[in-house]
Amino acid sequence: MRKYILKRLLQSVVILVFVAFIIYVLMRCLPTSYLEQVARAKSQQPGSKSFEEWMAQLSATYGMDKGIIPGFLSWCGRAIRGDFGDSWKWTVPVTQKFAESVWISFIMGAISFFFEIIIAIPLGVIAATKQYTKTDYTITIVALACFSLPTFFFASLLKLLFCVKLGWFDLGGLIGRHYEQLSTFGKFLDRANHLVLPIVTLVVISIGSLMRYTRTNMLEVLNADYIRTARAKGLPENKVIYHHAFRNTLIPLVTMLGGSLPGLFAGALITETLYSIPGIGFVSYQSMVTGDIPFSMFYLVFMAILTLLGNLISDILYAVVDPRVRIA
Amino acid sequence: MADNTEKNQGTEEMLENVLEKEASAQGAADEYSLNDDRRVKTLSPTALVVKRFLRNRVAVTGLIILAFMFVFSFVGGIVSPYREDQLFYRTDSQNKQWGAIMENKELRYIAEQDSDFPSVARAKFVLALKGDGNTFESQGVTYRYEEEGPDLYVLYVDGQDAPVAVATYDNVSSSTGNEKLPFPFQYAILKAAANEKTSFEYDGKTYAIDEAGTVMDGTAEVAYASRYTVQAIMKDVFLTREFKEQLIEAVEADQKEFSFTDEEGTTADYILKYDASTSSWQVMQSASTRVFDTYSAPSSKHWLGTDRNGMDMLTRLMYGGRVSLYIGFIVVFIETFIGVILGGISGYCGGWVDNLIMRIVDVFYCIPSMPIIIILGATMDAMRVDPQIRMLYLMLLLGFLGWAGIARLVRGQILSLREQEFMTAAEATGIRASRRIFRHLIPNVIPQLIVTMTMSLGSTIITEATLSFLGLGVKFPFASWGNIINDVNDTYVLTNYWFIWIPAGICLLATVLAFNLVGDGLRDAFDPKMNR
Repeated sequence: MRKYILKRLLQSVVILVFVAFIIYVLMRCLPTSYLEQVARAKSQQPGSKSFEEWMAQLSATYGMDKGIIPGFLSWCGRAIRGDFGDSWKWTVPVTQKFAESVWISFIMGAISFFFEIIIAIPLGVIAATKQYTKTDYTITIVALACFSLPTFFFASLLKLLFCVKLGWFDLGGLIGRHYEQLSTFGKFLDRANHLVLPIVTLVVISIGSLMRYTRTNMLEVLNADYIRTARAKGLPENKVIYHHAFRNTLIPLVTMLGGSLPGLFAGALITETLYSIPGIGFVSYQSMVTGDIPFSMFYLVFMAILTLLGNLISDILYAVVDPRVRIA
Repeated sequence: MADNTEKNQGTEEMLENVLEKEASAQGAADEYSLNDDRRVKTLSPTALVVKRFLRNRVAVTGLIILAFMFVFSFVGGIVSPYREDQLFYRTDSQNKQWGAIMENKELRYIAEQDSDFPSVARAKFVLALKGDGNTFESQGVTYRYEEEGPDLYVLYVDGQDAPVAVATYDNVSSSTGNEKLPFPFQYAILKAAANEKTSFEYDGKTYAIDEAGTVMDGTAEVAYASRYTVQAIMKDVFLTREFKEQLIEAVEADQKEFSFTDEEGTTADYILKYDASTSSWQVMQSASTRVFDTYSAPSSKHWLGTDRNGMDMLTRLMYGGRVSLYIGFIVVFIETFIGVILGGISGYCGGWVDNLIMRIVDVFYCIPSMPIIIILGATMDAMRVDPQIRMLYLMLLLGFLGWAGIARLVRGQILSLREQEFMTAAEATGIRASRRIFRHLIPNVIPQLIVTMTMSLGSTIITEATLSFLGLGVKFPFASWGNIINDVNDTYVLTNYWFIWIPAGICLLATVLAFNLVGDGLRDAFDPKMNR
């Protein structure tokens, strides 16, 4: 087992280096519009150096004057030591901005993950046990509809209904207008209030695939021989489903959910942007749109790490949860 | 679903009846033995799949929605009387700043050139007016003034006979255009007007002048003197005497509005507004102007109203659907093309080739595609890439970043199929490797592939719409369902113009849902273990 994990980790590192290299090349190929913009703004200040001088200084500061391979190597060297450079847009170290914004994303992600599980899994189980009934069709269609719902359209509908017509929530942002005058508990409530709609959006958008996944796996288990045996023994149907079938369905479920744990840190790019929640998704969206290379570079690599980590966790869990699986 | 099964049973009964009838009809001619193959109706695998698919009512609903969407997008654009980028106008009455009118309450100076009587001298003159004597000095020049009529002062440089400037409350304007009249002529007019003469001479000609200050050269009006200054906002507008007189009348009568009919017979309404800070009247012309028919509500002419640019919403929706579907299909085609080739090679060859390709797949699987497309979209924004080329790049990019999943699927399928007996049999017959792959392996992957492709069509359309919504995908003037909804970013549109974004959202949702329903139905239909 340890050998397997070690092997997978090494493999992941190699893949990560390649991914980082591709992203780095891509970033370097972009027209460095932001640098030029900064250099132009600085050179127009009275008594300043010329545009070319600023440009040269800025490229040297940000390591843009080296060739692609040496540049990448030096980037890697610094990245390993946790130094991802200074963000151009936020004018603070990338890691500092990341640390500021990641927690709100994580809280949002964790809460919606929780709701997703407690809503989707029971519904999936019900749909599977009542296959080809009206309940099953309703659940399946609702699941597919959630799955097909474009985030931005759903968010706009929610905004129209709850923010404009009913006036329950603000249209966007994390804190309200009177945030500073509130007590500590009031501040907490204010933040919670602003997170309701983003979390609802996230839950509804992601519920569909988990529901279908549960249903498919549950159906597979229900068709297995040991379920027929359990029924033949004369066990009550409830016991068959919740003791024998559901426990076996948990194997793929835990594997998948475990694999999606690192994704909680990834932030919801679209949802956060739509509701202007200053989480990692919105922050990096703004960085990417303004051409902030250090931050975008960091974010993309971070995302790749999360994906790799997710795959690794789900593969390991697969072996841990299911005693029948032995990894050589 | 109960009635569905009943109906199915019904059709099955009918089928059985028909079969029985056929059998009895044939039975008369020749009786088949019980184990004769001809007694059994055989269906090809495809026909079985179709039959199973059609029995799934949900999937058929999806198919109907899809068919409707295709007709809507591809035929609708042809049927629609409007073009995708046709602009519509409406006439709207707008108040435009037209001019200003001011009553002179301060002395105005008329000189050949402003430098002839500079402002320092003007100030000195005002002081001198209040004091005694009729001379004053400014910047080393001594001036002399004479009162030649009520409120009419003529200024001379001391010792010269020709006046340098005239100070008065009236001003003289030409009746024929905006040109400035020569200073001596203005002086002559003002002198005549101030002394209430009926005629005067200038440059050897005799002019008549009336009480209102109109100067006539025989029968033609050449100029007039007035206490009001009327100016048009636009330089090229010439205000006629008549207009000015009416305006002044209206101002004196303290009217808020007045209308004026010019020589050509067009009547325009004007609104007068007193501005205390400049003590002048602002004149606004309320003219009907042609403006873009933006955000007009649904009507018989525009069933879903018009959008931000004054384009017909329904037509935009049709063309938008076309773009969304095109992009979906092309992207999925690219994905499948790369995925099948690489996955096929990987699965069939095995060994180091498989290993290499799978690591490439791993790398592509890890690349976060959405952020990359956002970055490239922003870059294309900065570089002002042509919208059409941009659309092409978008498709290539989405396709190139999305093939990893399909490659994995194909490889997995081929790996398991390769070990089956029919492949051993195919090998034993000694046919070529390429034929083995394309005749025997790939067709067995196709069912899975079709399901995945249908599903990924839906998700590609969502991705494209999301990008267009963010303003980084399909760009104006092309419509796509995503960039139609983009208007929602303006809260006013979100609140007041539902017809702009809700129909596009519903189209999007319906199409993607239909693709997923059909994909789901196909998956069930392809599955031979399905016991329905």
